[in-house]
Amino acid sequence: MSSKHFRKEPDITRRKFLSGTASTCALAAGAGLWGLLTYSEEPVRRTSDKIYTFKKFRMPESKDHPSLAIIHGTDIQKMADAALNKLGGMSRFISPGDRVLIKPNVGWDRQPEQAANSNPVLVGAIVDLCRKAKAAEVWVTDVSINDPYRSFARSGIQEAAEKSGGNIKFTTQNDFLLTDLKGKVLQVWPVSRYYHEADKVINIPIVKHHSLSKCTIAMKNWYGVLGGQRNRLHQDINTSIADLATAIRPTLTVVDATRVLVRNGPTGGNLSDVSIENTIVAGLDEIALDSYCLRFLDLKAEDVPFLTIGEIRGIGVTDWQSLDFVEMKV
Amino acid sequence: MKFITLQNIRRTYSVFFFVLFVILIGITDFKNMKGYEVSLFLELDPLIAISSFLTSWTLYKGLALSLIIIITTLIFGRFFCSWICPMGILNQWISHFMNRKRPVDDYRINAYRPIFRFKYYLLALLLVVAAFGSLQIGLFDPISLITRSFSASLFPALNYSGVSLYLNQPLFYGGMFISFIFIALLFANRFISRFWCRVLCPLGALLGVLASRSILRIRRDVEKCTDCKKCLRYCHGACDPHTELRVSECHVCMNCIEDCPEDAIHYGIARENSSVHTPVDLNRRRLIETAVAGIFLLPMMKSVVTAESDPLHKVIRPPGSIAESEFLRRCIKCGECMRVCPTNVIQPALLESGFEGLWTPFLINKIGYCEYNCVLCSQVCPTGAIIPLSVEKKVGKGLFQKPLKIGTAFYDRGRCLPWAMHTECIVCEEVCPVSPKAVWFKTVEMETRNGDKKLLKLPHVEPELCIGCGICENKCPVHDHPAIRVSSIGETRSAVNQMILKT
Repeated sequence: MSSKHFRKEPDITRRKFLSGTASTCALAAGAGLWGLLTYSEEPVRRTSDKIYTFKKFRMPESKDHPSLAIIHGTDIQKMADAALNKLGGMSRFISPGDRVLIKPNVGWDRQPEQAANSNPVLVGAIVDLCRKAKAAEVWVTDVSINDPYRSFARSGIQEAAEKSGGNIKFTTQNDFLLTDLKGKVLQVWPVSRYYHEADKVINIPIVKHHSLSKCTIAMKNWYGVLGGQRNRLHQDINTSIADLATAIRPTLTVVDATRVLVRNGPTGGNLSDVSIENTIVAGLDEIALDSYCLRFLDLKAEDVPFLTIGEIRGIGVTDWQSLDFVEMKV
Repeated sequence: MKFITLQNIRRTYSVFFFVLFVILIGITDFKNMKGYEVSLFLELDPLIAISSFLTSWTLYKGLALSLIIIITTLIFGRFFCSWICPMGILNQWISHFMNRKRPVDDYRINAYRPIFRFKYYLLALLLVVAAFGSLQIGLFDPISLITRSFSASLFPALNYSGVSLYLNQPLFYGGMFISFIFIALLFANRFISRFWCRVLCPLGALLGVLASRSILRIRRDVEKCTDCKKCLRYCHGACDPHTELRVSECHVCMNCIEDCPEDAIHYGIARENSSVHTPVDLNRRRLIETAVAGIFLLPMMKSVVTAESDPLHKVIRPPGSIAESEFLRRCIKCGECMRVCPTNVIQPALLESGFEGLWTPFLINKIGYCEYNCVLCSQVCPTGAIIPLSVEKKVGKGLFQKPLKIGTAFYDRGRCLPWAMHTECIVCEEVCPVSPKAVWFKTVEMETRNGDKKLLKLPHVEPELCIGCGICENKCPVHDHPAIRVSSIGETRSAVNQMILKT
């Protein structure tokens, strides 16, 4: 008696047999090839990310102009103009078509009066000067500690920069590139990618008190390029600051000492922590700039180890009076 | 072809309200909020208004807007479900795409089933529980559910795909549970069309009860009708328009009016030959059983350890939250505060504050921290579980003498780098936002292992100054289990969760 399930396989033709066998063999060969190509002693395949280094942002030294300009006054716009005039004009630093990156201190969700962030008027004025020097694009960026949207809005820097024709660049978690800082304690760290996309970098720090490093001015401001676990840098803060300042040499530095945070730094929060000093200092030598600004915090260069470390490495001098400087009031 | 039909007007409204809902969730952030009424849909929801009224005897601020829906439902019927409700509209679209079949199947799919009564019993249960003081409406209220699902699941998912909604990828504690429930509810449309709206939705049940008194209804002319059942084919509510219409199920979608070849159906008041209507399909015995079940469920829920009976240090509520027992009576777990938080610190709780506290907001400082000058979460809360704050009130400036505390930070000296490992650090002091800083340090000479002397700054917390914002915990380099951690003790909202005599 035949089965209830009586459908039989049809008779096979030679052509069908050959093509069927060929495709089975091809699959088997494919499996073998896959094994051959991907066999590895390692459990996970590692792709090595490209490691970047900072490019050279500095312009050649000039004997015709002073290298440090100290300007006192109340009209920040005029003070910025005067400072740059003394140093030989923005066109000495910015070539037409350059992409300029400005690094103010925008670490905190605080108002300008609280002096936790760089003065927005000064940032606006520098953006404007870059624009007038025919910079193609002016980017303003920082890796804030508080929420960046709030920090840029509350500090007034977003509005001031955009009004003068600058663009705010927020750094998201995907905007960091591994960069070799070639330092003593800092080697490969994630750095905001905008530093690798810009032609010139201008540092606009603010003078503030800081319990561990004593002060945060121009050199310490470079903390704001790093991503990753930068809170570990505190464990050797002086070498870290010196490493950062050695790795990134900005085209120009304009220090905001219009309002100085003398206590409770670097966050502040109380107007009684702020001292009005009505000064901006522009120059090329970050160590000299930092050393000059120590007067606002009642400090001396000997109190601040990272200045000495930097001086020994030859990135600047603590004796700012030895430089060709101008001091004026506008 | 007529274009301005009641059906097309309903379609236009549904697209408008769904888009409005998505936009309002989308702009619920620091950059775009600018005082818009982002919690509008939650405030329009009568179920939230009524059940939070039952738990705390107030109709809170914006929730008065729900009177618009109550009154219009009494006049126009249960139109909310297919005209305004984003959950209903989304379910309608999904079920439309999941069930494109032959007409004969549509008649079966859109026929009334006894299981549709379930939503009334669920409503009764939730209202009884609310009347005895436990607000669990947030688990089942459609607007809370879709707001929570969008905030903690859909929008973060969009961000993952590279559409930049936030600066960084938002992360939510157990967020996948919220996603999974939402996906399962949408997928249920494959088996019972508009499963959520017809079977589960307690808001739909409430509006159904109200609609049973409505003046304007869908009415069928028994003389003109030829019993062809074409009206059933695209029926949203499964309300039997071809027989004695179930008013409490009818979403007033107006599809039957356009589908009727005899022009026998109209929307309005009764005419000469209008059919009778079926009342709410409820079994009194079942209803009483449900209410009794609710009365028994309540003490069971209350017999769970909660943040109040055993103040769990982890349950740090957003600033402006009212005292815990009141908080649980107001919070509808909608997730608006989680959506708006700029640092992603506000997270949906699982069982940290007891069963009643499922998906209520609490702070996980390892994910974010409470931004000092930020009061956004207090401004979006529709029910007053978090009362609106000004920055002055939060930080204690101007008229306000004291800042608002949400907890207190404590050092774990066995993990703290200067205390335990003779390593310089005090990141906690650097980031402390209050002035004068709540974190202070003493410079002490310590002897290291090999006898060297080392000057170290050893950090301490001043409990009177600490506001519990958690930025110190968030930025601590010992970041897997930080050496400084915030716990809820000392929170302003609680009279009992205190430790210091002098405050």
